[in-house]
Amino acid sequence: MSGFDKVVNSYEEAMEGLADGMTVLAGGFGLSGIPENLINQIKKLGVKDLTVVSNNCGVDGFGLGILLEDKQIKKMVASYVGENKLFERQMMSGELEVELTPQGTLAEKLRAGGAGIPAFFTATAYGTPIGEGKEVREFHGRPHILEQAITGDFSIVKAWKADRYGNAIYRGTARNFNPEIATAGRICVMEVEEIVEPGELDPNYIHTPGIFVDRLIQGTFEKRIERRTVREA
Amino acid sequence: MSLTREQMAMRVARTIEDGSYVNLGIGIPTLVANYIPEGREVMLQSENGLLGMGPFPTEDEVDADYINAGKQTITTVNGSSIFSSAESFAMIRGGHVDMTALGAFEVDVNGNIASWMVPGKLIKGMGGSMDLVAGAKNIVCMMTHTDKEGNSKLLKQCKLPLTGAGCIRRVLTDLAFVEIDIENSRYILRETAPGVSPDEVVSKTEGEMIVADDVREMDV
Repeated sequence: MSGFDKVVNSYEEAMEGLADGMTVLAGGFGLSGIPENLINQIKKLGVKDLTVVSNNCGVDGFGLGILLEDKQIKKMVASYVGENKLFERQMMSGELEVELTPQGTLAEKLRAGGAGIPAFFTATAYGTPIGEGKEVREFHGRPHILEQAITGDFSIVKAWKADRYGNAIYRGTARNFNPEIATAGRICVMEVEEIVEPGELDPNYIHTPGIFVDRLIQGTFEKRIERRTVREA
Repeated sequence: MSLTREQMAMRVARTIEDGSYVNLGIGIPTLVANYIPEGREVMLQSENGLLGMGPFPTEDEVDADYINAGKQTITTVNGSSIFSSAESFAMIRGGHVDMTALGAFEVDVNGNIASWMVPGKLIKGMGGSMDLVAGAKNIVCMMTHTDKEGNSKLLKQCKLPLTGAGCIRRVLTDLAFVEIDIENSRYILRETAPGVSPDEVVSKTEGEMIVADDVREMDV
């Protein structure tokens, strides 16, 4: 790596420095747009006691679900976790701590975390179990709760294409949480389907500017589909 | 006769105005998309980051990078747009989505809704539902009037943990279209399903319910 070149040549290098007890923020919605090879590398590293922040926790045997197999996750922050038997078992037995967070609040916590905003007020979840114990203030005649931003040690994200400087474009709804996640980690590792030279991507169409990206790697992806739903041609 | 799921979807679809941005929850609300009246342009919002959701893909069109909030493969319509989760919820929480239809386990006379958690049963999470009920301008709750044992789901006070407080004002059930008069903590019966009497609806509603002077039978 030199200058603005963010490209690393191996997944070992991409996840170097990840240690027990760290907080990992992972992009993706369901199995769409997940950094699947970076997750595989975390499994290979065997690090434990991780706090993982991601909208979902993968499925049995794929995505973040594989980190449950060796009990690498201590705490999961997510909005919906219903697709995973092992998750269910570890949550029920108390081995896995789960902090359910409304999806929009989760996205905003990450956006705020990446933008240097420590907390914000929102009407979402006021009067629900999620709002209990949180500071309440009224704005425009309506009660709001104080929610704190999320930051992490590592952000792991998946984009479609990026130039060597880390300027990245996502594709379809695989974008989801990835742009916010990219901004909120101390070290952001991005994996993409294709790395191109600076100048090849139109700056007008960049979704994540390279300033947010620390390490960049090109991978191949299985892109598993959770609910293949089709109509007759 | 109580309304079928399809008739409930039709009743809600009729109220969607031309040029609306609409978010439909899973279950009966999803069916609303099938009955949007001819000639009205509607953009469906999927909270994972798409405005302008199209039909399911054909086998050849399936693309892992295009899914909806229920994680099903989907297509996009001409004029659609794609954005990040934070931007998606800026649309929802900022009140930019014109209408939301969603399901519920219970509602009550104070406009509270419970739809995400039954204590003692498996808790999967609230997804985007708490943001939707707190942020959308115009919410229609679509649900059966009673549970399988015949207990009313239109309560005086919700028993289950809430999804949102004081945010529901319109409820369509299989028996009736009801407004919630939060100021007076009561339901107002506006329309009944064909062949269902106002008395029957009132008797199957736990919370206080008044019958509107101009109550009428629903067109289905």
